Amino acid sequence: MLRRSDVIGWLLASPLVLVLLAFLVVPIGTIFVVSFWQATEFSIIPAFTLENYEFLLTSPVTYKVFWATFQYAAICWAATLLIGFIVAYYLAFHIRSNNTRMVLFLLCTIPFLTSNIIRMISWIPFLGRNGIANQTLMELGLIDQPLEWLLYSDFAVILAFVHLNTLFMITPIFNSMMRIDRSLIEAARDNGASDWQILWNVIIPLTKPGIMIGTIFVLTLVMGDFITVRFMSGSQSANVGRLISNDIALLQYPSASATSMVLLVTVLMIIGALMRFVNIRKEL
Amino acid sequence: MEPRPRSFWWLTAFFVVFLIFLYGPTLTIGILSFQGPEGGLTFPMRGVSTHWFHNLFEQQAVGDIWGSFRRSFVLGLMVMAATVVIAVMGGLAFRKRFLGSGAVFYLAIASLVIPSILVSLGVGLVFDRFGLKIHWMTSGFGAQLTWTLPFGLLVMFAVFNRFDASYEEAARDQGATPWQTFAHVVLPIILPSVIGVALFGFSLSYDEFARTLLTAGSYNTLPLEIFGMTTNVTKPVIYALGTLTTVFSFAMIGLFLAGVWLLERHRKGRAARKG
Repeated sequence: MLRRSDVIGWLLASPLVLVLLAFLVVPIGTIFVVSFWQATEFSIIPAFTLENYEFLLTSPVTYKVFWATFQYAAICWAATLLIGFIVAYYLAFHIRSNNTRMVLFLLCTIPFLTSNIIRMISWIPFLGRNGIANQTLMELGLIDQPLEWLLYSDFAVILAFVHLNTLFMITPIFNSMMRIDRSLIEAARDNGASDWQILWNVIIPLTKPGIMIGTIFVLTLVMGDFITVRFMSGSQSANVGRLISNDIALLQYPSASATSMVLLVTVLMIIGALMRFVNIRKEL
Repeated sequence: MEPRPRSFWWLTAFFVVFLIFLYGPTLTIGILSFQGPEGGLTFPMRGVSTHWFHNLFEQQAVGDIWGSFRRSFVLGLMVMAATVVIAVMGGLAFRKRFLGSGAVFYLAIASLVIPSILVSLGVGLVFDRFGLKIHWMTSGFGAQLTWTLPFGLLVMFAVFNRFDASYEEAARDQGATPWQTFAHVVLPIILPSVIGVALFGFSLSYDEFARTLLTAGSYNTLPLEIFGMTTNVTKPVIYALGTLTTVFSFAMIGLFLAGVWLLERHRKGRAARKG
């Protein structure tokens, strides 16, 4: 029996549901189906085969690339968490005026609303062979030759990831911190807790939901990426996203689809595990 | 006021370094885009000129920059309008639990965490299978919505979690219809956040790359055009383009923020007059 509130709810949610069905559910379903199809050099053939998965799961390249993807994700997670936590902590607990806090937070947010590709390109003059970093280090006499690993390297990939995605840690952690009842901190201080004890025993436990949400964002963005790795490594490093985009460039859609499904399952398993620790709707 | 603890100064230093990290590279290409005609992609500057900006206006030097800018701008406005309407409606829907609301919520979260390239690939495949032509206004538009809608929805959740329902009840008690209640009570209260959603919708679309890659069709959006340039342009003209589009993004952000600010001021002024 449908209640009136159910009907109203569905009417209001229907545009959202329709868009997500048409441009998310059906496309992912299609990827799933195509991942069992065969391909020639020029076209895809709707004939059932497990070849794509067989090839994928028996190729050592797959495991190497997935391992590299996990490594990028882990390092970027640690770096963005550390930076994001410190920045959020500073804004939430050390800035006294609400207006200043809003302005500083906006300053962190604005770059997120500009082009990621331009932000990647803008590392070239800094990291390049004759870039600012190398010139400064040579002038200081710390090195005799330009460092080659600054640009087009894994170092550059991780630097760009951190540059692009730290905001996704700052925002939810900052949000959690702003919801902490200040009297709890006063109470801890009155009872003789040191700053470190307050941080460790009061603030961090109460910030966990924000940390979880930030983690979900950063992990999915890094694991699903292909463009940052391609551009910042100068096509020298690979992750799963690049494996997929290379197959797409060769028109090998079934193979790209199979890799996509494996990536999707991996990401959803990780997110599913993380979501058990946090109720996103309650935290907003 | 009590004096600042020493940790404050360390954290301030950290924050300043973080801001330099955030903005430094962008400022660097801003400076280098004024590189002289003989200059390269890195310092030193070989003279100062607007040569590379002039270059942007020459078709043969950079391809169809202005066409792609126009398309990205129109697409941004389309995505913005759709995101605002659909996200506000979705936010309203979720204020009361309805049959299947949990499933819809997880669908929206899935839309946020599913890697962009999968959406791109999937939408491309669907259009191909159904014999439809991919175009930035259809497939590109839809693919971008899967990214902007969940963001808009999350913002609306945050807004309605803090919304005081007694205003609505007061309106209803005085005989306002549901539409009147929404248009004259709810919407004015949530308007600043709605402007925020609009800014998100526009900016995320205007800069979107991965989801548009396989769904834009034969006419590129600006980010696709810029990416194409990175592989074959090795001159500071790309910095000039980067500077222009970043300045444009800043201008849009400024415009929206000014809108929110004027709205708040207007509201405060009215509240003050009423005493």
